[in-house]
Amino acid sequence: MIMETADQAAQNPGCRRALAELLYQLADDELCLGHRDSEWLGLAPDIEGDVAFSSIAQDEVGHAVFYLGLLHELGEESPDRLAFFRKAEERKNAVLLEQPNGDWARTMVRHVLYDAFDDVRTEALVNSSYRPLARGVAKIRREEHYHLLQLKPWFIRLARAGGEARKRVERAVGEVWSEAGGFFSLGDEEEEMIRSGLIACGSEELARRWEMRVKPVFDEAGLTWPGLPPAPGKDGRRGEHTEDLTELIRTMSEVVVTDSAARW
Amino acid sequence: MRKATRGDALMEVLQAVKDPEIPDLSILELGMVNRVTEDGGEVKVELMPTFVGCPALDLISRDVRENLFRQEGVKEVEVKFVMDPPWTSDRITPEGREKLKGFGIAPPRDRGADPMDIVPECPYCGAGEGEVHNLFGPTACRSIFYCKNCRQPFEGMKPV
Ligand SMILES: [Zn+2]
Repeated sequence: MIMETADQAAQNPGCRRALAELLYQLADDELCLGHRDSEWLGLAPDIEGDVAFSSIAQDEVGHAVFYLGLLHELGEESPDRLAFFRKAEERKNAVLLEQPNGDWARTMVRHVLYDAFDDVRTEALVNSSYRPLARGVAKIRREEHYHLLQLKPWFIRLARAGGEARKRVERAVGEVWSEAGGFFSLGDEEEEMIRSGLIACGSEELARRWEMRVKPVFDEAGLTWPGLPPAPGKDGRRGEHTEDLTELIRTMSEVVVTDSAARW
Repeated sequence: MRKATRGDALMEVLQAVKDPEIPDLSILELGMVNRVTEDGGEVKVELMPTFVGCPALDLISRDVRENLFRQEGVKEVEVKFVMDPPWTSDRITPEGREKLKGFGIAPPRDRGADPMDIVPECPYCGAGEGEVHNLFGPTACRSIFYCKNCRQPFEGMKPV
């Protein structure tokens, strides 16, 4: 069934619940990563990377605001309140995205793995039965195109450089692999998401498509493909998180908590 | 000559709303205006964001409202951002492209088969053989290129 408006989606409580769940996953992934990206400002190894991350961070946070806006239309709180005042256990981002950046190699590795996943996920949403989501995603994909175009060459260059750079990329792959499987979880509402046509495929298929995107990048970088990542210890889609997310929320909401009337 | 309609008058108002960063360039020339309708003093404007996270959207929305409210007979203004149709860089009008150039920003060209094949003509000398210096620039919608002819960097709009 095609749903053109929030009211139409709200008519079926099961579908509305699954839609909200999906939107929180999308919003929280982009918000966490956008915040982490912004932490590179002024610190990236070259000025071009610095400039790029200011726009990439702005894009990711902008996408989060778009998804939170759709949630607001469904009757949830305002985007600002959802971004700043939800507790960690109410958030649905993959755990890997709440972790601190680490060094540049780890930042590139995580970002490329996530951007490839986001590409696969948004591709599965372009024909979503919830039309406001499908339309926004079509637009967002045009922007995300440039993120991968910017970051994938960095990933390959570092890995092929040998020496310290390659050692760090290999270490980063080892570190993030245990949590990367958290991308693919769609949480408790997966079945309903598929039944309602909100998303074109489930988590197993997302993982398979992701492997088809990422494995060639590993080949190009001369890295051994570690195989599909295992299911994660903590499933962020079910509200399971680490202290890193609590810390991230605290930092992100510092201004608004200090002065609730502050305008920016 | 065709008689000027109310719609024309409202469009003219929107011509006065400029990109906050490029004060010469209006939101009409940028191709951001999808539709303007009026019903008994209630004006509805549909704008297409250039980039979903563009920080200028709030400012633009405010300027649209303020300018429209100054028109006689306008009682209510609703500004809505729509994603369908999506804004694409080929929506910039020929006047808009000229104004961008005048501002030192190369207007976007079509994206080629190679994703890095996006280098526009240099806005200063018109040469076509530049290179990508940085995919990202001072705003999300721009990249930085280098002109091998006049040997200087220049900004250009990304094709999206
Ligand atoms: Zn030149």
